Amino acid sequence: MTASGAHELVVIGASWGGLDALRSLLRALPGDLDATVAVAQHRAPESHPTAFRDLLGAVTVLDVSDAHDKEPLRRGTVFLAPPDYHLLVEGEHFALSTEAAVSFSRPSVDVLFESAAEAARERCVGVVLTGANDDGARGLARIRELGGAAIVQDPATAERYEMPRAAVKAVPDAHVLPLDEIAGALTALCGTGKVARV
Amino acid sequence: MAVPVEEDERDRRSSPGGRLDLEALELQLLLEGVYKQYGFDFREYAPASLKRRVWRRVHAEHLTTISGLLEKVLHDATCMERLLLDLSINVTSMFRDPTFYVAFRSQVVPFLRTYPFTRIWVAGCSTGEEVYSLAILLTEEELYERARIYATDINEVVLERARAGVFPLDRMRDYTDNYIRAGGRRSFSEYYLAKYEGALFDRQLTRNVVWAQHNLVQDRAFQEFNVILCRNVMIYFDRPLQNRVHRLFHESLERFGILCLGHKESIRFTEFEDSYEELDPHEKLYRRVK
Repeated sequence: MTASGAHELVVIGASWGGLDALRSLLRALPGDLDATVAVAQHRAPESHPTAFRDLLGAVTVLDVSDAHDKEPLRRGTVFLAPPDYHLLVEGEHFALSTEAAVSFSRPSVDVLFESAAEAARERCVGVVLTGANDDGARGLARIRELGGAAIVQDPATAERYEMPRAAVKAVPDAHVLPLDEIAGALTALCGTGKVARV
Repeated sequence: MAVPVEEDERDRRSSPGGRLDLEALELQLLLEGVYKQYGFDFREYAPASLKRRVWRRVHAEHLTTISGLLEKVLHDATCMERLLLDLSINVTSMFRDPTFYVAFRSQVVPFLRTYPFTRIWVAGCSTGEEVYSLAILLTEEELYERARIYATDINEVVLERARAGVFPLDRMRDYTDNYIRAGGRRSFSEYYLAKYEGALFDRQLTRNVVWAQHNLVQDRAFQEFNVILCRNVMIYFDRPLQNRVHRLFHESLERFGILCLGHKESIRFTEFEDSYEELDPHEKLYRRVK
């Protein structure tokens, strides 16, 4: 793992069981986390436009919003991949795409992770949470390959173990942590408080 | 004479980060080659998704590098056609984002009713799903007779498909759901004939549609419009190019005309933020005010 506080982009992938896991993780993150957070959660294209965002926003002091095309990364904000779009990181901003689903998913965790890995390289942290497929495994490997950090929810503590298990298989040196220890690990990796919050 | 390469320099080049830099160079050369040889300009496309599409083509051609694809594209025009399809096709569906059509009915239709004749531009229409959806909506609102829809795309091949009006039959169930949620007033099946694997759409829907090749990156304004739809097209462009296309739309839209963008596209991150007022923040309907 690289020096503490050196990471500034956290990308999180979740599928089945993700809402509860994300609420638990975000609740425990400090409001002055010194990083941009981006989340790809599998959800139906016709899902309610604000319900998911509101459910997450209710448990965290961080700002939570759907990412817009070309929106700049912003520390202390949690950006969500909109339903029916892929979310990508490109330099210092987000980009969207409506290309075909990858591994049956749009948003795809791999698409977010691979682009984040290339944009932020060793400043990137990838987190794979609960899910019933193998999305995120390739992307997490790409994050490690380019010098970033990898965290996987301990499959034993996940509502569905398949996605974290596939991630551990693809990235054997990932930090495998129970859900309630992931926020602490992210805080250590990214640091806090360098930027005053408005 | 070969210049000796320092050992750590060699390490850097063969590291994952070094390979990433090399890949960026190869991509730049490919886009430059495509532009110089064929005139299609993808140099200002948003790189992250562009790169994914290029790699898909590399693998489909059984190649291993982007430079390999450059060589093949330069010497084989049919390979260029396949790459062009990969780079320019926009995956979409009929009545995608049904709530957009609901908002169009309630906020744009009353505006269109104030004109004896209206011109609507669907920019980057791809295979035409949005054009047919719009034609159905205007028909149901009894506005179709006095409207002309200009449907343009960079790619002749997709325009040909759009003109043919045949869509996969297995999509009709989804499209019917979308149509109902979009506020459709009839039975969706009234608009097409099921034939073999295809659904052939009613020719009446396209009698006021002008299909034309137009390149948003390189071509000029050609008409003044009351409404412009360009949904999920500019997400593939980088910011400078987005700004230029927004200038083109601004020039092409009458004062108080309406610009419709995709749900997650915002005028906020462009140079034209002050030229529009937001009619509907969620549906991204904007009215040109200056």
